[in-house]
Amino acid sequence: MDTEPQFFETNAAPGVVGQPMNRVDGWAKVTGQARYSAEYNRLPGLVHAVLKTSDVAKGRITGFDTSAAQRQPGVLAILTHQNLPKLAKTPNNPDDKKAFVSSPMGFFPMESDEVHYAGQPVAIVVADTLEHAQYAAALVQVRIAAEAPISSYQDPKAQRYVPKTVKGTAGVTKRGDAQAAVQSAPVQLTATYTHAANHHNPMEPGATTAHWEAPDRLTVYDTTQGVSETQKTLAAMLGLSTEQVRVVNKYLGGGFGCKAWVWPHVVLAPLAAKAVGRPVKLVLTRQQQYTGMGHREEQEQTLRLGATKDGKLLGIVHEKTSTTSPWDDYAETNSRIINMLYALPAFESTYHLAKASVMTSTSTRAPGDMPGSFALECSMDDLAYQLGLDPIQIRLLNYAEKDPTNGHPWSSKSLKQCYERGAELFGWARRNPKNGQTRNGKLLVGWGMATASYPVHNSQGNARVRLYADGRAVVQSGATDLGTGTYTIITQVAADALGLPPENIRFELGDTVLPSTQWSGGSTAAGRVSSSVYLAAQEVWQKLIKLAVTDNKSPLYGAKPADVVVEQGRLQLKARPATGEAYAEVMKRASMGDVEGSAQGRYGSSYRVPGVAADANMNKEEKEAAAGRSMHAFGTHFCEVEVDPELGTIRVTRWVSVMSAGRILNPKTARSQVIGGSIFGIGAALMEQTVRDPHLARYTNADLAGYHVPVNADIPDMTVDFIDEHDPYVNAMGVKGIGEISIVGVTAAVANAVFHATGRRLRSLPMTPDKVLEALHQPA
Amino acid sequence: MESDLFPPAGAPQPEDGSRRSFMKQAGGILGLALAPPLVGQAERLTAYSKVIQGATDITLRVNGQAHTVRVEPRVTLLDALRERLDLTGTKKGCDHGQCGACTVHVGGRRTLSCLTLAVMAQGKEITTIEGLSQGEQLHPMQQAFLKHDGFQCGYCTPGQIMSGVACVQEGHASTDAQAREWMSGNLCRCGAYPNILAAVREVAQRG
Repeated sequence: MDTEPQFFETNAAPGVVGQPMNRVDGWAKVTGQARYSAEYNRLPGLVHAVLKTSDVAKGRITGFDTSAAQRQPGVLAILTHQNLPKLAKTPNNPDDKKAFVSSPMGFFPMESDEVHYAGQPVAIVVADTLEHAQYAAALVQVRIAAEAPISSYQDPKAQRYVPKTVKGTAGVTKRGDAQAAVQSAPVQLTATYTHAANHHNPMEPGATTAHWEAPDRLTVYDTTQGVSETQKTLAAMLGLSTEQVRVVNKYLGGGFGCKAWVWPHVVLAPLAAKAVGRPVKLVLTRQQQYTGMGHREEQEQTLRLGATKDGKLLGIVHEKTSTTSPWDDYAETNSRIINMLYALPAFESTYHLAKASVMTSTSTRAPGDMPGSFALECSMDDLAYQLGLDPIQIRLLNYAEKDPTNGHPWSSKSLKQCYERGAELFGWARRNPKNGQTRNGKLLVGWGMATASYPVHNSQGNARVRLYADGRAVVQSGATDLGTGTYTIITQVAADALGLPPENIRFELGDTVLPSTQWSGGSTAAGRVSSSVYLAAQEVWQKLIKLAVTDNKSPLYGAKPADVVVEQGRLQLKARPATGEAYAEVMKRASMGDVEGSAQGRYGSSYRVPGVAADANMNKEEKEAAAGRSMHAFGTHFCEVEVDPELGTIRVTRWVSVMSAGRILNPKTARSQVIGGSIFGIGAALMEQTVRDPHLARYTNADLAGYHVPVNADIPDMTVDFIDEHDPYVNAMGVKGIGEISIVGVTAAVANAVFHATGRRLRSLPMTPDKVLEALHQPA
Repeated sequence: MESDLFPPAGAPQPEDGSRRSFMKQAGGILGLALAPPLVGQAERLTAYSKVIQGATDITLRVNGQAHTVRVEPRVTLLDALRERLDLTGTKKGCDHGQCGACTVHVGGRRTLSCLTLAVMAQGKEITTIEGLSQGEQLHPMQQAFLKHDGFQCGYCTPGQIMSGVACVQEGHASTDAQAREWMSGNLCRCGAYPNILAAVREVAQRG
């Protein structure tokens, strides 16, 4: 489809795209009218399910005593592996595995007596009220023959191994001879970085409301980032066909990766509903959220870097060790960003895993690139200091004009402008090149910066546009809005594409009855859905143009369709704009109340070369190679910290982010995404960690009092700017995603600022006061 | 540290129950729990309820309207609002008073509805996010949240707005630093804090 119209060419006039429009779903959110997945209370006979989870991390269930629970008023069912309806397919059966489009683990609980992690669901209690279900669940006695668990890769009993692949990347990859390059390099740096386990902690816990409207018709209101993926997965596991399952998500209370998958409770809720013959609402408690929807794995990275005396990289050898579950070889692919961010001639990466009694970790905002950038960007900072260069200078010295992994040109890259603009906004030129020199009273002041990047993944999806003769339109795509602004930006795109004011557009999303599109994840939704909607609107116009040129009452009668253009809802000749008419006139004469268009939008390297998307066996790199362009968003963060040398506390006092991510559809919502990602990263840098007991393999701080996320008082004013890019390669709208790049490099920017303030390099996240004080007690 | 972060002696204290104020008060609460007249405390809590166990009818005055709901004494105000009255604007984020998503006004003061039993709220004026606007006319705090994009996913938003309204009324939004501190009992994982601050400060400055 090389003839796909380009947004830039056909609609260059400024409209609402690119304007800082307020959120179209804002009114519903500030008035409490927005209904989230646990809030469909009007379903007939709705009852409550509560999960009972295992306190033990490893063992076998030897029995249950449910007698006290059964006697409680209102209890409708107590389900365990002994009486739970069997699933048609489970990930426990390797033969079934390929049926799962969205299963996050190679294990499904409550299918047997096995207990593999603390917090694993072992029973479900269904009762008429939430209180009855909660109390009865507390009375269920579970007898487990406990075995000694392995708590993490750090456990002395853990066996480390190199997996064949992690997330499609080989366990060992080599580009050039990095070992030799590092060993013979005039400048060599080796450092080890550790990263605590982190939890997503969306404010809305996981929730599934399941309603069997007929024995073969299931509707599920679920906290999912992808209704279509959840639909297909539920259908496979429950033995239904896809169209028998409807999944709805109109509002999602944050996701950050953990709501991208079909976790056990999503399947257990429909099973419970089937068992009691009534709609069932199942909401994870905050505590269950920590063992119900995955986490970012705890990990250790060693990065060995070789460079010339003037600071040019010669090679990097990277090793990562992390914890995985008993069934999956899962690790975030940190090597991706280390491989591509700079003009790096040689790279070697090895993943080491250790199986422990934990659930499989999962995608967490910029999986891999976030922790990978911590190691790389701290080491680049070290290199700059060692050579007496400015941290921006070392990055410009190693600026990758082409993708070093394949030699391809970038589809677009404005990183130099990001550095320049960020430095200007931050006042970087005034930086003291020496560390440990700047004070504000007793506080040590430091400035740091880091580079950010995130790939443009491939995805595709559909949209439908229905334009009414009265100048209003309904636009539909089964996407989800995690809070990222999808409702708003797509309304803006549709408004411009149809030449209508945005208030005349109703954009509907979050339902499998709508045209299907892929999940909102991997920063793909903005580019994919906007392109789908834009192309669907073009189909509407093409239909109307064909109608006009064949209608002898139209001033456009007899014109070639290619000579007709649309400006603000008026069909007119490109060469003679005065000749034309409003589309409503065309529709009126044809007695048409509305015109529909639909289209499939593509995002990433499959956009210009659709064939590459068809080959499911190709990985991202192969698809990019086929398309001939590497596609990434780029950006930079600048950070000022104040470190209290007596208390060891670190406060971020200033922040600047500059991003180049293609066309920015709405600078207001985009800015919110960037400050949000930065704050998420500041949390990981300074306070976030989930701690597993080394003997029991249970989380010791699984709540929001024990797991600290940033609060308002932790965050300073933040400055965000964007470098406008016109990228004709990524999709029809030229949009790159922005949700994930905003967190990449953040932890390094903070650590680099701490180094500048104190002269101490902290390589262990989070940088809590104890670690700061310990470092300050060491010589600089 | 600026003294405006803390209220002058004798100023009204919010019942925000935030992580930070909880820590400050924890000593007092534990002391109370260990104090001898435990029976008196229990009696006081159930005084409004006709029976100690099982469900009973109570009347809650929410957003100016009286509602009779049948609840057990252990039902929280949050669950009574969400599950009985279908007022789902008030959110459950943690159920433990750690996140602030469930903040409502009880008797004009910000209150964590997840740490409040429904029976304790009888006879008091309860205001939830649904009762903040006058019909289509949004409360200035709601307007300010829209204007400054003080949210992304919207799940913490009702609690933030209820806290923001109270924060201004308490006189705890007179500087940026003070407003940040007094809005820190409401977590926002999307990280809208600078925008929330802008909204709260704008309303405070408008007076």
